[in-house]
Amino acid sequence: MFARSSAAVFLPQCGQVRNMATLKDITIRLKSVKNIQKITKSMKMVAAAKYSRAERSLKPARVYGTGALALYEKADIKAPEDKNKHLIIGVSSDRGLCGAIHSSVAKTIKGEIAKLTGAGKEVMVVNIGDKLRGLLYRTHGKHILINCKEVGRKPPTFADASIIATELLNSGYEFDQGSIIYNRFRSVISYKTDEKPLFSMETVANSENMGIYDDIDADVLRNYQEFALVNVIYFGLKESTTSEQSARMTAMDSASKNASEMIDKLTLTFNRTRQAVITKELIEIISGAAAL
Amino acid sequence: MMAARFLLRRAVPAMRQARCYADAPGASAQMSFTFASPTEVFFQGASVKQIDVPTLTGAFGILPAHVPTLQVLRPGVVTVFSDDGSSKKFFVSSGSVTVNADSSVQLLAEEACPLDSLDLATAKANLEKAQADMVGASDEASRAEVQISIEANEAIVKALE
Repeated sequence: MFARSSAAVFLPQCGQVRNMATLKDITIRLKSVKNIQKITKSMKMVAAAKYSRAERSLKPARVYGTGALALYEKADIKAPEDKNKHLIIGVSSDRGLCGAIHSSVAKTIKGEIAKLTGAGKEVMVVNIGDKLRGLLYRTHGKHILINCKEVGRKPPTFADASIIATELLNSGYEFDQGSIIYNRFRSVISYKTDEKPLFSMETVANSENMGIYDDIDADVLRNYQEFALVNVIYFGLKESTTSEQSARMTAMDSASKNASEMIDKLTLTFNRTRQAVITKELIEIISGAAAL
Repeated sequence: MMAARFLLRRAVPAMRQARCYADAPGASAQMSFTFASPTEVFFQGASVKQIDVPTLTGAFGILPAHVPTLQVLRPGVVTVFSDDGSSKKFFVSSGSVTVNADSSVQLLAEEACPLDSLDLATAKANLEKAQADMVGASDEASRAEVQISIEANEAIVKALE
């Protein structure tokens, strides 16, 4: 009874039979979608500017990084299979809205952890970027060694990479081999999650091809290895930021396009609803006048 | 007519391809030299005659077919002698140098700049300031930092004089 009387009071204000949107609802929705479109458009511009800067600094960084890894490739250094301590460095960032950047790195890390623990090895993970921590700590929390925050706000520098490497070396985790998982930048619209190897000093020193390298003592090798570690981390950071900015640009671009489509659809609905309301009022007036 | 012209154009590149360049004489005698810092690339895969590098164990020169080695750099001057006899000098702060078996050399410097972009007066002033700081440095870490600064500035001053 109460419901029926309140329905009788509210019916004229709903314009339609179904509980469809009134003109006011549609107006509110239209305004909010327009605001979102403005935001995503400006985010796309910002990402485009950051991407062009990152890509420009990626060129020398790539030469530098491939130079640093050249030793391991040319000397064909492989870690022996029976070594147990592994390290995974996952490179990501703090900020979202960039497509599948963080989840692809996390997926690769999870796969690696599963494979290595299945083979009985010990794995620890270094997270660079808060998003990666969020994705990993619930299920693989006990594998996390170091978390790095405040990544992605400013372009990465060599100093950042050396801070990360220092923390890793000071943590006391003596890993035998490892890999760094990052997003390699291929082009503006594509990137690929890639993996580069890391080796410990003992692995390099005991590798068979190292014999041809002359006049190396332990001190020099340790310095060399530490420097190489920083170089690899720096390389991963640079590639990752470029991929991230390009992915954010693409994501915000498609978000703006979707918002435009929604605006078009809502505008059409708004016009149809407006005309229906006018027609209904006319009918009421005419039928009211005809009744007199 | 157009077809004939098209065929002619296609034929010419094929003829050009038949005339190849001679192979580089004895590829193993060439050195592929890559010299980069994190922000700048100076040489990439370049072919040079000799490189002088300052390392922790002393300065030495690298020529093509040098025995493979790994070294760590100390602050000092790197001189690159290119094939035409000219030489370029750079100041490097630290880094590593790798000579591989295939005669490729990777010189990775943490910071490097051409020698003529350094100013002698500023370097001397920095050196004096660093030596003054040494007196005031108390713990291991800051002492090591000041020591590094002194070494680097001394090397700059020596290189510019």
